[in-house]
Amino acid sequence: MLNYISRRLVLLLIVVLGVTIMTFALMNLAPGDPAEMIAMARYGLENLTVEEVEHIRISEGLDAPVWIQYMHWLAHALRGDFGRSLVTGDPVLQEIIVRAPATLMLALASLIVSLLIAIPAGIISAAKQNSLLDYLARSGALLGASMPNFWLALLLILLFSVTLGWLPVFGYGELRHIILPAVTLGTGLAAVSTRLIRSSMLEVLEQDYITTARAKGLREGNIISRHAFKNAFIPVITVIGLQLGHLLEGTVIVESIFGWPGLGKLLVDSIFARDYALIQACVLLFAVFFVLINLLVDILYVYLDPRIRYEKKG
Amino acid sequence: MALLSIRNLTTIFNCEEGQLKACSNVSLDINPGQTLGIIGETGCGKSVLGMSVLRLLPANAVINGQIMYKNQDLLTLPDKEMCKVRGSEIGFLPQSPSTSLNPVLSIGEQLTEGLQLHRGMIKEKARIIALDILRSLGLKDSARTSAEYPHQLSGGMKQRVLAAISISGQPSLLIADEPTKGLDAVNRIQVVDLLRQLSRKTRASLLLITHDLKVAAALCDEIAVMYSGEIVEKGPAEQVLNNPLHPYTQGLVASLPERGLYPIPGHSPGLLDDSPGCRFYSRCPIGNEKCKCQPIINREVDGVHVRCLYIDQSGGAQQRIYGRGFQSEAG
Amino acid sequence: MSVFKNKLTLIGMIIILLLLCAAIFAPVLTPHNPNTQCLSQALKGPCSDYPCGTDEFGRCIFSRIIYGARVSLAIGIAVTAVSAAIGVVLGMAAGYYGRAVDEIIMRIVDIFLAFPGLILALVVAGLLGPGIGNVMLALALVGWMGYARVVRGTVLAEKEKEYIETARSLGANDLYIMFRHLLPNVIAPVIIMASVGIGYAILAAAGLSFLGLGAQPPTAVWGSMLSDGKTYLQTAPHLTIFPGLAILVTVLAFNFLGDGLRDLLDPRLKDKAWNRG
Repeated sequence: MLNYISRRLVLLLIVVLGVTIMTFALMNLAPGDPAEMIAMARYGLENLTVEEVEHIRISEGLDAPVWIQYMHWLAHALRGDFGRSLVTGDPVLQEIIVRAPATLMLALASLIVSLLIAIPAGIISAAKQNSLLDYLARSGALLGASMPNFWLALLLILLFSVTLGWLPVFGYGELRHIILPAVTLGTGLAAVSTRLIRSSMLEVLEQDYITTARAKGLREGNIISRHAFKNAFIPVITVIGLQLGHLLEGTVIVESIFGWPGLGKLLVDSIFARDYALIQACVLLFAVFFVLINLLVDILYVYLDPRIRYEKKG
Repeated sequence: MALLSIRNLTTIFNCEEGQLKACSNVSLDINPGQTLGIIGETGCGKSVLGMSVLRLLPANAVINGQIMYKNQDLLTLPDKEMCKVRGSEIGFLPQSPSTSLNPVLSIGEQLTEGLQLHRGMIKEKARIIALDILRSLGLKDSARTSAEYPHQLSGGMKQRVLAAISISGQPSLLIADEPTKGLDAVNRIQVVDLLRQLSRKTRASLLLITHDLKVAAALCDEIAVMYSGEIVEKGPAEQVLNNPLHPYTQGLVASLPERGLYPIPGHSPGLLDDSPGCRFYSRCPIGNEKCKCQPIINREVDGVHVRCLYIDQSGGAQQRIYGRGFQSEAG
Repeated sequence: MSVFKNKLTLIGMIIILLLLCAAIFAPVLTPHNPNTQCLSQALKGPCSDYPCGTDEFGRCIFSRIIYGARVSLAIGIAVTAVSAAIGVVLGMAAGYYGRAVDEIIMRIVDIFLAFPGLILALVVAGLLGPGIGNVMLALALVGWMGYARVVRGTVLAEKEKEYIETARSLGANDLYIMFRHLLPNVIAPVIIMASVGIGYAILAAAGLSFLGLGAQPPTAVWGSMLSDGKTYLQTAPHLTIFPGLAILVTVLAFNFLGDGLRDLLDPRLKDKAWNRG
């Protein structure tokens, strides 16, 4: 087990390194001169002189070959120094640390919303296959998966903020502020999860050991909750974990709509501002989150399935 | 007074292709303490028969007829009541031990479940009784087994666990569905021993569903032979196997390795085929036009019920073709 | 049950056909020029002149939606075609040659999978600058991994089979085997992924154009129409409702198609993990 985890951690390192290399390469391929951008941010567009741009180019090490620049960046990054934001001048690390909790909170809230919807819907859908409830759940899931999340966000705002006035659009700090963004992201995730839980549950309910349980005289409710659920949920967990990646994607747009002060909005803003140091660090963080989540999910999977946890004896 | 009395049981599956008749007008009785074997080839409907009694068929199945158990018609019971019957009155020993145990629950949990449900025990007591039952069925290291998960056990051990589960509710009738399917000779003998042990211990009646004639011979008091959803011959085990009257039964007996492995030509009709007359007609060595069109009625000859127009009591021509005598499974 | 599914697939195909017609025959079908501004008619609700109302510049929303179909479909199909092509080639190479090639390609897949695709696409498109081409490139770059994995899996399974042995013993070289024998076996899951993939690409492109990337004004693009309509949500919700509906219907149609194709081409594929849901 320990072996497995350490192997995965090594893989994580390689992958994260690869991601940073790729982003670094991208930024160098992008049109626009980084030295110029920094100069503009520092001195303003009007006062720019060629000497100042060149001065910055040298002082920031932007004249060295790309791979040396990357090494520099890496060396600094390992020490926790991700440079300074072009826009605010503050250390990038600080910007990120300030915003990270907001995104994490949103992600968590969205996950909870999605599970609250998907688990009952998926289970009922499977238990009462081909009933009206089943069709409704599946139609809803299909609709949710085909809908742009930003459109859903706008529709929810139209209904709950504009028309009914129950919930605010912007804001941060109270429960009511997180509801609309979390519901937006959560329903999108629930759409995919519902179908997964349903098909997994259906597969489990056809198994022989469910017949044995029924033959024991157990009631259907007991069978679903005690015998079927755990078996059905194990394969679903891995996929839900992967869905969290999509959730992170979703935060980018949703945070922008609701003005939610998180990493997603930070990323979007920094891309438009060509704030290279910030972009690099944000992307790195998203990648790390994503890979860590996958690792956690895999560990959880191993823990939950006794077939893997207890190796077969002779 | 029969413990289980099935009358005119017909089980139909509604599918896309039409209506599949798995069981057709099946009638039989099982007395207290008696072992009745249902033998037939794969697909003849014997497993469906067992599942019909327990009402554990999929949603597209329709069961007609009467299943009287201790003077109650099981087919008219509401679901809640039927759940009470399952496990505590009628136990079930499933096929394929490898897939019939829940892989994510420990053996102990799966065993105590039945005890807590049907015998109202508290968890502690159930745990102790569970260990007892496991030990009595040959699982000596019951404490360890109880803590383990199904994939950690061997096939034989899993079968004993399933046997333990099936009797945990102290049922009066045990239905064993193809307990020796796919097993080699050594394991077969062990299973026969296990079943004998079970019936002796619990004094329950046993409905044994199997395709294996020798196993049936070793365990059964009475045997019913099933072909394509119908019971074609039914009577005391020795008689049916040593002196088969129906051409199909004679064919089954003759197809045993020791008898020369004579196969029955042709193959069984699909269950969608609903023609009147004898369903064995196309493979029967002695049938004629009358067999094909006339509905065949049951006849009784010396305590044996046969569904055939042509019964030669001496065993006569049929026996001469197929040989004589019968050796049961040792043990 | 399957009858119902077939109906859905049919509906999906019809909708896609209608969309294609709309895209191709846009000039004929639209009542107004999508870029003509008519400020006196700005922010009008749906009426006989303007079936979907007008936007803040008085442009006909219905016409803009029809023209937007061109962009969306073009992006969707192009992106998917390129992703699939990259994925099939890399997956084939990985599966067929195995060992070092496989390791390297799979590690690259892992790296690309290591972040949520939209974010990478956002970064690429954002850094490269506005324009449809950049959006297409970005999305294609993040979409190929699924195809690569599936193709690799199928190739690994098929590689050991006898007909490959036979072909090799008859003197066929690697490329021939890959394209003549392995490719046909791999096509079915690829087509299914592609049909759902087009829908997803359209959705992703809409998201990026919502953020301001992709086609620039005054080109009519569904995503940016929604972004513009945001400001007028309170007074003129039709600016938001109709373009969003267009996206929904389009993606739904491709999902129906994908489901139907899956049932048609191989019912067994229903059980594969990547197809779940």
